[in-house]
Amino acid sequence: MSKLITVSPSPHIHSGQSVEKLMYGVVIAMMPAMLVSFYFFGLGAIYVTLLSVASCVGFEYLIQKFILKQKPSITDGSAIVTGILLAFNLPSSLPPFIIIVGALLAIGVGKMTFGGLGNNPFNPALVGRVFLLLSFPTRMTKYPLAEGFNTPLLIPTNDNLDAVTGATPLGLVKEGLKNGESITSIFQHNGINYTDFFMGSIGGSLGEIAAFALIIGLVYMLIKKIITWHIPVSIVATIAVFTGILWGFNPESYADPLFHILTGGVLLGAIFMATDYVTSPMNPKGQIYYGIGIGVITVVIRVFGVYPEGVSFAILIMNGFTPLINRYVKPRRFGKIS
Amino acid sequence: MGGVHPPENKLSTKSNITELPVPKAVIIPLGQHLGVPAKPLVNKGDDVKVGQLIAASEGFVSANIHSSVSGKVLKIDKALDSSGYTRDAIFINVEGDEWEDSIDRSPEIKKEISLSGAEITKKLAEAGIVGLGGATFPSHVKASVPKGKKAEYLIINGVECEPYLTADHMIMLEKPEELLVGIEIIKKALGVSAAIIGIENNKPDAIEKLSDIAGSYSGTTIQALKVQYPQGGEKQLIQAILKREVPSGGLPIDIGAVVFNVGTVYAIYEAIQKNKPLFERVVTVTGKSISKPSNFKVRLGTQVSELIEAAGGLPEDTGKIINGGPMMGKSLASTEIPVVKGSSGILIIKDEESKRKEIKPCIRCSKCVSVCPMGLEPFLLGVLGEKSMFARLEEEKVMDCIECGSCSFTCPSGRPLLDFIRFGKSNVGRIIRSRKQS
Amino acid sequence: MLLVIVDTIATLSGLGITAAVVLYFVAQKFKVYEDPRIDEVEEALPAANCGGCGFAGCRNFAESCVKSESFEGLYCPVGGNEVMTNVARILGREAITQDPQVAVLLCNGTCENRPKTSHYDGASTCAITSSVYGGDTGCQFGCLGHGDCVEVCDFDALHMDPVTGLPVVDDSKCTACGACVKACPKNLFELRKRAKNDRKIYVACKNQDKGGIAKKSCSVACIGCSKCFKVCPFEAITMADNLAYIDADKCRLCRKCVTECPTNAIIEIGFPPRKIKTEETAQANPDKTENKSDNNY
Repeated sequence: MSKLITVSPSPHIHSGQSVEKLMYGVVIAMMPAMLVSFYFFGLGAIYVTLLSVASCVGFEYLIQKFILKQKPSITDGSAIVTGILLAFNLPSSLPPFIIIVGALLAIGVGKMTFGGLGNNPFNPALVGRVFLLLSFPTRMTKYPLAEGFNTPLLIPTNDNLDAVTGATPLGLVKEGLKNGESITSIFQHNGINYTDFFMGSIGGSLGEIAAFALIIGLVYMLIKKIITWHIPVSIVATIAVFTGILWGFNPESYADPLFHILTGGVLLGAIFMATDYVTSPMNPKGQIYYGIGIGVITVVIRVFGVYPEGVSFAILIMNGFTPLINRYVKPRRFGKIS
Repeated sequence: MGGVHPPENKLSTKSNITELPVPKAVIIPLGQHLGVPAKPLVNKGDDVKVGQLIAASEGFVSANIHSSVSGKVLKIDKALDSSGYTRDAIFINVEGDEWEDSIDRSPEIKKEISLSGAEITKKLAEAGIVGLGGATFPSHVKASVPKGKKAEYLIINGVECEPYLTADHMIMLEKPEELLVGIEIIKKALGVSAAIIGIENNKPDAIEKLSDIAGSYSGTTIQALKVQYPQGGEKQLIQAILKREVPSGGLPIDIGAVVFNVGTVYAIYEAIQKNKPLFERVVTVTGKSISKPSNFKVRLGTQVSELIEAAGGLPEDTGKIINGGPMMGKSLASTEIPVVKGSSGILIIKDEESKRKEIKPCIRCSKCVSVCPMGLEPFLLGVLGEKSMFARLEEEKVMDCIECGSCSFTCPSGRPLLDFIRFGKSNVGRIIRSRKQS
Repeated sequence: MLLVIVDTIATLSGLGITAAVVLYFVAQKFKVYEDPRIDEVEEALPAANCGGCGFAGCRNFAESCVKSESFEGLYCPVGGNEVMTNVARILGREAITQDPQVAVLLCNGTCENRPKTSHYDGASTCAITSSVYGGDTGCQFGCLGHGDCVEVCDFDALHMDPVTGLPVVDDSKCTACGACVKACPKNLFELRKRAKNDRKIYVACKNQDKGGIAKKSCSVACIGCSKCFKVCPFEAITMADNLAYIDADKCRLCRKCVTECPTNAIIEIGFPPRKIKTEETAQANPDKTENKSDNNY
């Protein structure tokens, strides 16, 4: 024989699945939500998304090439996913430097300091978002009104910030309850309408506004077997049950479960962020515990805390518990002697 | 639980079992089975006949070896075999084709079983029958139910879940009557009345054929199973059929089941009814680049190169030669290797399909966990193996791994999970054995 | 304001004092007596925790030294005689001495000498390769070149030579801890007595195949011809399994066997270049030159 034959341990075939395919699958799943954000926030959304993706990919490349001296692995698509997720968590009106700082935090601190893909304990996009939320609280909680391509691209000064932006429904409810209003009157007086939540014509960050687009993404990822149902379903179910109990207890001081599920990025978090491979538990049982944890913490923050919104914090907190869950929650072993 | 669906690629289902001409020379390794290698009984220059005992089993877990040809013993020397190392083997130069007189070579099917259960077990040992599915566990050991245990069901493995391989499928199609008689023989040896043949839905012709005639054998039923790898694994098959799980660290007999492979059942039929020891077997020679994918009846000791030649020759772009199927088979470094009792197939893989993927970091997607049929965590076992953390590996049940390869198959990062798990498993096994001794 | 500060200081101090008292009594109650000599002995050891002595670490070795009556089976190969003398002084015992040793690779199957016959494509460790098959060359006894030995060496004394594909021992760093001996699945490392100027003569081959087969797979294989065995004036060479073996304790480094070997399987290292009239000259003045070659053969 002219060339050498190959010898290797079994198995000798591979499914053809790859990191790239999975990551680009997630990107495809995020497309509907992205298009909805373009529709409602116009050029601002496009600019935030592009800048966020470009800076995430750019920082990953620069850090790998010049600081870690590794072969850059930006083609695997994970930086693109982080970039889009970060953009999904930002309002469309942010000045460029805030987005770049967010991307640097997400990739530099959230991912690369821990050794890059596969080693980060916390979801990088959320690290970026939470940093920005704490550093630029006004900028990060003022959302432009959804006016399609008429939405102002950049809102340069703090003076007119209030004129062209609004709060999220969750913010309105929180504010209203603080002022002693009842849920019914808050809903009436702010014109809160569930069809808008579903279709996306509400204020909010890019990715959280349209429930239907996020659900399309979920269905796509489930069909393509990119993720399993365990995490999204357990988060949503926990929130539904928990808020349902409170609502049943007093519907005038607690919003109903559907309101909680459709607003404030619960679906975005449950579908795209909590399911991040690296930072979520490794077996179905653990994933359900993780989902329940996120659900409970989210509701606690929303209902009893200062912030109107708690999904990001809940996911980050449960990310911290992931190694513990992996250590002590084991899959059901075959032939376990009970 | 778990499992994957590799492309089936059963290319040789149209090709009937054909007998390969007797080769000019054979190399018969002394260690063809699980357990202690056999001890040679012949010397250089001795004349042997087809079916003559040439090496005797050493101890209970060992097996007799019979000559597959007639001729002269050339030498007893080291020869490369499918283990990848040279080991002791008997070299025989073929002269004519003279069989032992005791072997019944007539084609008719003999149905009535004259031997008693104990005699059957004894004869299985004499005939050197081992599990032909690949594990090569001596059949007489399996047929001897240990004290205190009771066999309830005989399960016949007709799953053949490995892609490409069709040897068992062909036996089911061409020798259904013999198989059912073989099942009766094993039932008698084990003292059970119920036998279930498990066949995957991708072999409807075999299910139909066996169902047609199974009616006349009471207690034997056929169960169609959905297609899933590694359903041909003993533990997985029992779970699929009986809905019982073999306890961790236990044997099928602990839950009343005994599993035999279709090929083994046929060999048992021949040994008991036709007095023919195990010296030939059906081998699938296949691969996308092979011009004539075939199922051959081969004398043990024939070189792999002759099989490939008969199937149209070794293609120019061959990258890998595998003894067995693509999921669990062993890749060979040379074609100058003899066919042994455990060789179920020879698979040729093209060069462009033979290289592994580039290894990327683990992204913790948990796909390996969801496909593991044993409920293990391959990503963790792989890392622990790589770091030689054997105590922790034992705690994480590494010894339950059946080495099916589903984890490595499915890993999107192309990580060699099973390589490291196997390494860890062999070390943990060694530690456990030395602990038992002391 | 002041009250707050005072309160804080008082609370913290109170807590601290309480904790200190609790800790003191707990420490008294659970105090374990330890022979102070264990610490002293540990201090004298190299603290490499390499396991070369056969114990899990230096501490375990120190405990065993103190507990046992003699140094039977207790020797720190890394520290050598110097450290063992110190340990013996602490314990007031007679020191035992051993000849210093060095790890030697008994294979010279370089890429050039031993052509590849297949391409290995699995996890690249020697242990896994050797569980799959004999190796990617015709010789199933030789070095697999994945560097399991380099991986386990705690002293940076081993590295892979990219040209030959074989590991190279740095004699100046090797402590003869024996980690590589245990790590090599082919048992290719041997701890041999260190000679003056790190001179060595050894059969760099473990191929047990018959001469013809061995020679076919590797041009520098020992073919078991016994020529060296016959020429050795000191009976330092033994033959077994188609292999010659030179006993480092008996070898007087005369180099007669090196020229006799038809396949150059016997390697000499650290000697001055041969003159035309070889053996006698070299043997007569072996120490005249300080030419200490490094091991890149």
